[in-house]
Amino acid sequence: MKIDWAALGSVFGVSLLATVALVGLFSLGIVGLGKQEEAAANGGSATLARTGAYACFALCAAAVAYGIYLIVV
Amino acid sequence: MEHITLLLAIVVVTALVFDFTNGFHDTANAMATTISTGALKPKTAVAMSAVLNLVGAFLSVEVAKTISGGIINEEGIRTEVIFAALVGAILWNLLTWLLGLPSSSSHALFGGLIGAAVMSAGWSAVNGSTIVTKVLIPAVAAPLVAGLAAMAATKLTYKIKAKPEAKATAKGYRAGQIASAGLVSLAHGTNDAQKTMGIITLALVTQGVVAPGSNPPLWVIVSAGVAIAAGTYLGGWRIIRTMGKGLTDLQPQQGFAAQTSAATVILASSHLGFSLSTTQSCSGAVMGAGLGRKGGVVRWSTATRMFVAWGLTLPAAGLVGAGAEFLTKQGPWGIAAVAVLLVSGSAVIWTLSRRKPVDHHNVTADDLDEEPAGVVTTAIAAVTPPPAAGSVAAVADEDLKTTIPAPVPTDPAAPPAPAAAV
Repeated sequence: MKIDWAALGSVFGVSLLATVALVGLFSLGIVGLGKQEEAAANGGSATLARTGAYACFALCAAAVAYGIYLIVV
Repeated sequence: MEHITLLLAIVVVTALVFDFTNGFHDTANAMATTISTGALKPKTAVAMSAVLNLVGAFLSVEVAKTISGGIINEEGIRTEVIFAALVGAILWNLLTWLLGLPSSSSHALFGGLIGAAVMSAGWSAVNGSTIVTKVLIPAVAAPLVAGLAAMAATKLTYKIKAKPEAKATAKGYRAGQIASAGLVSLAHGTNDAQKTMGIITLALVTQGVVAPGSNPPLWVIVSAGVAIAAGTYLGGWRIIRTMGKGLTDLQPQQGFAAQTSAATVILASSHLGFSLSTTQSCSGAVMGAGLGRKGGVVRWSTATRMFVAWGLTLPAAGLVGAGAEFLTKQGPWGIAAVAVLLVSGSAVIWTLSRRKPVDHHNVTADDLDEEPAGVVTTAIAAVTPPPAAGSVAAVADEDLKTTIPAPVPTDPAAPPAPAAAV
């Protein structure tokens, strides 16, 4: 019986890293949007926070697109 | 289609029924967290999942060439064996649905196949080592991998501390959950609908209707996709409730972390060559997310029942499959008998489910009284005074009632004591 420990290990590593990275990015994006919302409520603007947030969401969207690519191909 | 015999027609219909149960059994994987955190309304969630399953069925053209992935020796497999295996898988799927337990539909199918193949051709038809590598190890690894990933991700979200009162936070996690739930649905459609297409195609090949190695006819693709989508839309509300509310209480961040972890594990595992079961990944992710929040709890009694169901899936479906194969071997009347048993068994389970129905109205209700009323539960209910009960007599049993002379005229004369135990 041959168990492919290497494959199992890489599934484990990739899943852990990808999940934490994606959830972290997304949460940062949400924090950024929250800052921007707050600033807007006070009459100012937080360009850096907003840009950062959109960058985070763009990376997440790219990950989703890659996920769809993996499913289709 | 003139070559389609009655037996083949029965197998095709049974395979589609299995596909249907597969759909409603696995809706929970994609949508349980989304529904329980309120990211989507229950009906909207299952509708979206159904559409994505249907799309997924058409996306991939690589139909499973084997139905068991090498667990049983499929050379010269008889159509009756496939039928018997499907019966075992369907009945186990329905039973676990009745109990509200998420269990793997693929494992149920494998179990049915193993049982039917052993009954048909003896133990040599089964590859023991493939069972270990394709079923047992993934069953242990999937919840661990997904659970750890979800737990780490959940911890991170609470560290980052998005302001919960900000509108962007609620909206953001909602969108994130919907996206990852969509990915899970799509992946499910491609994987599991393909499986049914593979089964039907294999049956067509064994009956010589299509040439070996050919792609499934269009009607097979369409019917398999529609069956799994219809099952998904019907929604296995009992399982959704267990996964979304029964195992742990999920906040939006946790739901997002769990769903993302599940989607990542499913995609990573199927593309790095170590397939992990969808159901087990999702359940593990939900539990991991539950443990990742400070003060979060996992209801281990529910989790234990789920683990037991996972362990029983293979042998139980195998036993039913073997029994069904024993009958079909007896000839046409045996096949008819199995068909009758399948229909009546399903009817019984459905009737039982109506006694305490769970649907999209009460799927997120808080009263989780899904534990079967065992001795302990009944005893506790009997000694706990129900808050709304008007009189002491309602909780006292017959003996106690006689020792407390409480001639309250306004009370109903003899409230039935056992009513308190309900």
